[in-house]
Amino acid sequence: MSTLITDDTQGFGPDNPAPRIDPPRARTRRSPRATRTNYEMYAWVFMRLSGILLVVLVLGHLLIQLVLDGGVSKVSFAFVAGRWASPFWQVWDLLMLWLAMLHGTTGLRTIINDYAQRDGTRFWLKMLLYTAAAFTIVLGTLVIFTFDPNIR
Amino acid sequence: MSSTLTKPGPGPEAAAGTSAAAHKITATFRIRRYDPEVSDKAVWQDFTIEIDPKERVLDALHQIKWDVDGTLTFRRSCAHGICGSDAMRINGRNRLACKTLIKDLSPEKPITVEPIKGMTVLKDLIVDMEPFFQAYRDVMPFLITTGNEPTRERRQSAADRERFDDTTKCILCAACTSSCPVFWNDGQYFGPAAIVNAHRFIFDSRDEGGEQRLEILNDKDGVWRCRTTFNCTDACPRGIEVTKAIQEVKKALITRRF
Ligand code: HEM
Ligand code: SF4
Ligand code: FES
Repeated sequence: MSTLITDDTQGFGPDNPAPRIDPPRARTRRSPRATRTNYEMYAWVFMRLSGILLVVLVLGHLLIQLVLDGGVSKVSFAFVAGRWASPFWQVWDLLMLWLAMLHGTTGLRTIINDYAQRDGTRFWLKMLLYTAAAFTIVLGTLVIFTFDPNIR
Repeated sequence: MSSTLTKPGPGPEAAAGTSAAAHKITATFRIRRYDPEVSDKAVWQDFTIEIDPKERVLDALHQIKWDVDGTLTFRRSCAHGICGSDAMRINGRNRLACKTLIKDLSPEKPITVEPIKGMTVLKDLIVDMEPFFQAYRDVMPFLITTGNEPTRERRQSAADRERFDDTTKCILCAACTSSCPVFWNDGQYFGPAAIVNAHRFIFDSRDEGGEQRLEILNDKDGVWRCRTTFNCTDACPRGIEVTKAIQEVKKALITRRF
């Protein structure tokens, strides 16, 4: 009726059972350690609030850039220069940059926390993430405020 | 009466027994076997048996253990959906073997039976539940009060009792926690079952330890790790709205911390 495929070559037996295969990061009596901060709650709330704002900012952005006034073909240096002449669009793009970067970074932080198994891997992945995010935010902010349409 | 018996009795009732046997179907159970005293590898093993499709998966497991292969190992106690010992992954979903009818599983195809995921398999369908119960203990699932003991019972209005009624139904079977992808990846997460049992006390008007439990679940492996995948709600054999309970704890934290 049925055959159990067994591998006796390793000599496992009642006195010599196969080693346990515990799942990664199983809970023990001493873990997790309490940190007693509201950090995770703030991150969670920030994801929802920034998400709501991003719906307006990103969809508005896509609509203007890709749909209205002849679609994507109208986007040129002059078009961007024209929009950034107005403080309203500067603030719009700045908000979108900051919120999308912080939202995306917080989201990736969650994913790293989920999947990185060793503490060292988790730490360095997050450092890489934060460095990249900081770099992009600083560079983007700089461009929005120092943009000069009169380049030669 | 005797025509409803599934095991044909001996003697004059044999005729009735054959008619009962006519109800039976041939079903294949594909069971995940693991025995560390034989091999370090888990394997699928097929058992094809004759069984009434109105029986439950637990009855099939019994039939296999008692009549075919006595080494098949699984937990069960009450066999009636109340002790919570026989949660297993049946056809890829977490269920209680004692509450799952074979006819509801399309038995014309092999029915797969595996241990619940995310915990160490000890043998066949038995997993080490210790990390699960550790998370349960960590939320302090007992009444916490201050002041003197009342001389009579601690009274509560029907509405106050209703507030946490849903989460009193938990039987600690671990079907929810072991269906949660966050828990699969990171066993440090408290998991839905611990949060459900914290909810049961946090929203109990007689209890005074709510703030402490909220503080515990506010930490980095608490409720904020929940990503609302609803696997827990789908898995719960008691029909508890597990995800809703978790969201209520989040809401309580937000309204108390801001
Ligand atoms: C369009 C509006 C957006 C809304 C409404 C939104 C909403 C959300 C929400 C509520 C979460 C949390 C999910 C959870 O905790 O289960 C989330 C996660 C995430 N978001 Fe957004 N988001 C938006 C745009 C973006 C953008 C532009 C990016 C990339 C820059 C992004 C990247 C992420 C990432 C990486 C996660 C983590 C995914 C995960 O937790 O599995 N989102 N988003
Ligand atoms: S909430 Fe439901 S699925 Fe989770 S342990 Fe309790 S009874 Fe089982
Ligand atoms: S054996 Fe008790 S719940 Fe199934």
